[in-house]
Amino acid sequence: MVRIDFDKYARGQRIRWWAMRFAVYSLLVIWTFVCIFPLFWTVSTSFKTAADVMRGNLVPWFNFAPNWLGWRSLGLSPDTISQISTVRDEFMRRLWNSVIISVTASALAVLLGSLAAYGLSRFSYKFGHMRNADISFFFLSQLIMPPVVLALPFLVLYKELALLDTYVGMIAVYTLMVLPIVVWIMRDQFATIPVELEEAALVDGLSIWGAFARIIVPLVLPGMVAAFLLALILCWNEYFFAALLTSTNTNTLPVMIASQTGSQGINWWSMAALSTAGILPLVVVGVVLEKHIIAGMTAGAVK
Amino acid sequence: MSTVEGDLLHTVEASSISASRRFWGRLALWLSAIWFITSFVLQGAHELAWIDWGFANWRPVLYAYFLWAVVLCVTRVVIYGETGKKALFVLPAALFVVSMVVFPLLFALWIGFSDWNLASSTGRRFNGLDNVRRMIADPFYANALLNMILYCLAIVVEYAIAFGLALLLNQEILARKFWRVTFLVPLMLSPVAVSWMVGKSMMETRFGPVARFARWLGWENPSFFGDPLTARLSIMIMDAWTFIPFMMIMLLAGLQALSKEVLEAAEVDGATKWQRFWQVIFPLMLPVSVTAVMIRIIFKLKLADIIITVTSGGPGGATDSVTSFIYREYRDRSNVGYGTLLALVYLVIIVLGMTVLMKISDRIVKRMTGRL
Repeated sequence: MVRIDFDKYARGQRIRWWAMRFAVYSLLVIWTFVCIFPLFWTVSTSFKTAADVMRGNLVPWFNFAPNWLGWRSLGLSPDTISQISTVRDEFMRRLWNSVIISVTASALAVLLGSLAAYGLSRFSYKFGHMRNADISFFFLSQLIMPPVVLALPFLVLYKELALLDTYVGMIAVYTLMVLPIVVWIMRDQFATIPVELEEAALVDGLSIWGAFARIIVPLVLPGMVAAFLLALILCWNEYFFAALLTSTNTNTLPVMIASQTGSQGINWWSMAALSTAGILPLVVVGVVLEKHIIAGMTAGAVK
Repeated sequence: MSTVEGDLLHTVEASSISASRRFWGRLALWLSAIWFITSFVLQGAHELAWIDWGFANWRPVLYAYFLWAVVLCVTRVVIYGETGKKALFVLPAALFVVSMVVFPLLFALWIGFSDWNLASSTGRRFNGLDNVRRMIADPFYANALLNMILYCLAIVVEYAIAFGLALLLNQEILARKFWRVTFLVPLMLSPVAVSWMVGKSMMETRFGPVARFARWLGWENPSFFGDPLTARLSIMIMDAWTFIPFMMIMLLAGLQALSKEVLEAAEVDGATKWQRFWQVIFPLMLPVSVTAVMIRIIFKLKLADIIITVTSGGPGGATDSVTSFIYREYRDRSNVGYGTLLALVYLVIIVLGMTVLMKISDRIVKRMTGRL
């Protein structure tokens, strides 16, 4: 009679299971390290002195004493926050520019994009020989357009229109830049909503606009938030147009960060403090609203 | 723009529109159009020095255009009623994109064949095909185009890593949300800040932690931007770092949408993990993969900020992308003509390339999914 050692099988399987777990979690930890270490390096460098940077000390309190040096040069450390600081004023102005431009552009893109996507998902248009599919393609194809193609014509046109270095000019460019993405996300959102809802609303006496504002917008609000957040990330981090089309008034944060090269080498600690301050708002937004960002990125990808 | 039969959402015209309402609508439309055209012609004549009278810049013409656009939108409803309300959903976005893309593109054609130094007072000078001849003879532009191909090829590796990470996150793991948020962080960081802190500080040859690590691994004098090949690799790695989360999230969504039945059926049939991946999961994931890779290619073709901030094209233009090359070309000479032509040629190449790529990938997806 053949006896099967079930125990041995079970043990073998258990060992394999544990080995798999171990492999999975160690890979997760390794990639977490890859993702977080640059951030940790940036934040910790902003608390280092020159000697600490040069020695490459890594762990705070263990092999270097945290120091407000970087933040003091920005005027944002505890002891300088109440004093007048030109650097801080400069920084706050850039931050404010970034906020105004990226928030307005994203909101505008969500407004224009949602309206267009809704219209394209509900009505059939004819413009010359362009039908709905062509109009959709026209909007989405803007995604391929590399910024560099429009950059120099914009530069010349903006100069003629006196729009260089103005909020309006930057907002218009950024709205254009993120509009295709918004249309893409919102088209997907509207497609999931049954038309019967609006038909019922129309029967109840609402106009098309009323049905859109009262019935549809509340339903697709999560999608709009997702589109807004994605647009915000892209606008906040944009550098190329900002570097070309702004000079002194409406510089955004990336331009300020990129232009920090002193004559005597680089002050790593103040550089790091500036980068941290520039990155932080978006990281906070991203971590808190992560669910929406993921929803936005996966819209349209999975059918 | 008018709507035709076949709307998904049908509406009924509430009441007919009176003739006088139509008349006033048309009148407003024509008046605003005439004002816009008149101001455009006047300013054009002033610019060409045919007449003395004119504005200091083109701003008033822009206002006239804006007014015309608003009147156009409003009169849709005034003249056409309910039908006009439908048109109004798409019209603002369409007007915006047309005026921001189509007009500048036509203008780019006009700039592209000229010698126009913005700093000098001579202004635009038409120079025929000189720019084209210069482009063909320009080894740096050819190099930048070649670099774009290399950078795009790096997407294969990015895709593999992103797929691996998506598979990892799709396992039964504790605290999945925590890992997901952590993996998403690089996407939120501004490329400029990343290039400063990673490219310039962490990869600093004396004290940077990456350089230390490389030395510990046995690389004598780590220099990440010294020779062309390593410099390109470093740029690729930094760019990949910020964009892998994007592909990862898309692929993860694809994995989560796979039907459980098919996977279980494969398991019951006795397929090993390896077989299950290559013969079931991977083919099923192809449509999502193609979308993710296409979007990634589109974003890769715009790559510039990291290169501008970290290497500014160096060493010797080896790491230049097309965008960063044109940017430097403009910064150094402030000549918009040549740069615009290069950009236009780049656009044509991209459009052709993407069309071919989409056709090919479409065919591959059809064949692979057809086999299943």
